[in-house]
Amino acid sequence: MSERNVLHVENITMQFGGVVAVNNLSLDIPEDKIIALIGPNGAGKTTAFNCITGVYQPTNGLVEFMGKPMVCGFPKGKMRKQYKGDNHELYVKQKTLSPTPDEITKLGIARTFQNIRLWKSMTVFENVLIAKHMRARQNVFSATFRGNAKEERRMREETMALLEEQGLEKFKDELATSLPYGLQRRLEIARALATDPKLLLLDEPAAGMNPQETQELADFIHQIRDKYKLTVFLIEHHMDLVMKISDYIYVIDFGSKIAEGVPKDVQSNQRVIDAYLGVSEDE
Amino acid sequence: MGKRINEMINPALRNPEEQKAKKLDLTVAAVLLAVLLVFLIVLDNVLPQNSFTLMLIPVLKKGAIYSLACVSMNLLNGFTGLFSLGQAGFMLVGAYTYAIFSIPSGQHNAVYQYFDGGAIKFSIPELLSGVLGDTAGSFLGSIICIILAGLVVAAFAALIGIPVLRLKSDYLAIASLGFAEIIRAIFQWNGLGAVTNGSNLLRKYTAFSNMKIDIGSFSLKFSTLFPFLIAGLSILVIVLLINSSYGRAFKAIRDDEIAAEAMGINLFKHKMLSFVISSFFAGVAGALLAMYQTTVQASTFNTTMTYEILLMVVIGGIGSISGSCIAAFLYIACSEWWLRFLDSGAIGSISVPFFRDGFRKVVFSVVIMVIVLFFSKGIMGDKELSLSRMIKKSKAKRAARAEAKAAEGGEAK
Repeated sequence: MSERNVLHVENITMQFGGVVAVNNLSLDIPEDKIIALIGPNGAGKTTAFNCITGVYQPTNGLVEFMGKPMVCGFPKGKMRKQYKGDNHELYVKQKTLSPTPDEITKLGIARTFQNIRLWKSMTVFENVLIAKHMRARQNVFSATFRGNAKEERRMREETMALLEEQGLEKFKDELATSLPYGLQRRLEIARALATDPKLLLLDEPAAGMNPQETQELADFIHQIRDKYKLTVFLIEHHMDLVMKISDYIYVIDFGSKIAEGVPKDVQSNQRVIDAYLGVSEDE
Repeated sequence: MGKRINEMINPALRNPEEQKAKKLDLTVAAVLLAVLLVFLIVLDNVLPQNSFTLMLIPVLKKGAIYSLACVSMNLLNGFTGLFSLGQAGFMLVGAYTYAIFSIPSGQHNAVYQYFDGGAIKFSIPELLSGVLGDTAGSFLGSIICIILAGLVVAAFAALIGIPVLRLKSDYLAIASLGFAEIIRAIFQWNGLGAVTNGSNLLRKYTAFSNMKIDIGSFSLKFSTLFPFLIAGLSILVIVLLINSSYGRAFKAIRDDEIAAEAMGINLFKHKMLSFVISSFFAGVAGALLAMYQTTVQASTFNTTMTYEILLMVVIGGIGSISGSCIAAFLYIACSEWWLRFLDSGAIGSISVPFFRDGFRKVVFSVVIMVIVLFFSKGIMGDKELSLSRMIKKSKAKRAARAEAKAAEGGEAK
């Protein structure tokens, strides 16, 4: 297994007004691994995800994808005075990069959402099919006047194949939102896979699932990792799941990294235990 | 051939049952269109002019034009989820473009009497008539002018879209409404009089009544068929677009912008595409409206017109093409024809105290309130009119009724 880093996050800081949501966070995601990001509620996990996927432009820091700079920024304008993080001079000389989420998806990073975001008025089949739109070779004229019939057929066949692999083909003509919760999660992952990603970001994939569904999900994540040669980076609260599937864990609290390591080390780390259980003031 | 057409309309259909249903729908639609075609030719040429046809013909023409205006607005509001209110402004630009390029050069001095005959001295239908002869020239010339009108409006929309499409929901509505008003003010400005004739009318250009073929002493008229053909073709293109990969992307943006962006759909590009295409067809509708009215004046393309079109879209069902068309015809027929008696002061010979000028609008407002309160999804909701769906529904109903009866019988025993 190569030890190349798919994603390299360096000193990412995200500051909203005076609140520092993510502080000087550095991560490495090696190829073919399953990496978890954990932390108590409000620790800044989803904000970190949003910085990587282009939803937010980080106030300071650098993200490299497949060895190439993808996102880069330093405090500008009003932020120059307000900035509370470290390393504020480090990236001033670098070129600012702020791609939009769709550009990042095109590079090969797909994501799911904490609160499921399927397209409500559309069927399961259409939900996956639309994710294929980005990589289709067509323009608006060829699509309107059906000059893209071959491409369209390819998209449909691939969608069908993907649904069959995920065991969703029975539901293909049903509205996405009519599926049970666990299947909606699975559909969201299938939709993300339809964009042909190299790196899959899962934001709390087990949220709201019962123990059995969580167990199935663990197997499922392993399966898709092997099948599609993916690297998986996930945020999760279910410690059982995290400890079971991840190769390496990053722990953050109040926006800063407090620990990292293989599951066994993280489990016994005193700072992690304190962050999760709370530590009294007078100690 | 039938299969090929099926695949063209919606290649998603692999299911044989659905394919059969689609085939039925398409056959019915084709038959209805053929009947309509024959009826319109008969209406134009054979039927005598009486009080009935005198009301029917304008309603049909205007209904077809407003159908297109509604469908183009629906593409933007119903399918892409961009609540834009610039429709009247875009139709104005379309109407003016059409009129300016099709006023015969001999009439320029009369039309532009305050502006020394205007700046544009040629007319496209006339130029083509010189080459192709009068009939082909006026047909082809006006079609070229209509397409030109669409293109000019699309260019306007692309410019306006750059700032406006960065806004969301209500702000987008207000900004587009503002731009429509700015366009109207600019076209009424005397400084541009040499092109737009300032606040005066544009007239004497090629209209629906010019759409005829002279064969000896007899002339075959197409004055009602022509708007139906142009509007029908335009609506067909919009339907094809909506069922294509891009149409699905538009719907994804409408349902959830954040998810759409995360799945690699470039929001700005797709919103712009939808905005420009919708505006193109609004321009075509504007050009047709100019042909129908035979005169164009900027002051008639006001916000009331936008609201009227929006109302038809809402009545028909946001997100339904067939709903928009049905609502457009119904609305036009009511306001121009069926509810006219409310303004006349009497039903037949019985005079009614409330019936006077403007009472029609009162009744109309009440009807609209009832629709918005109790039928907020409109006539069609977001479904399309389809015979196979209706058959399926009635079958399901009958089956349910039979089941209920059987259950009752069982209980009785």
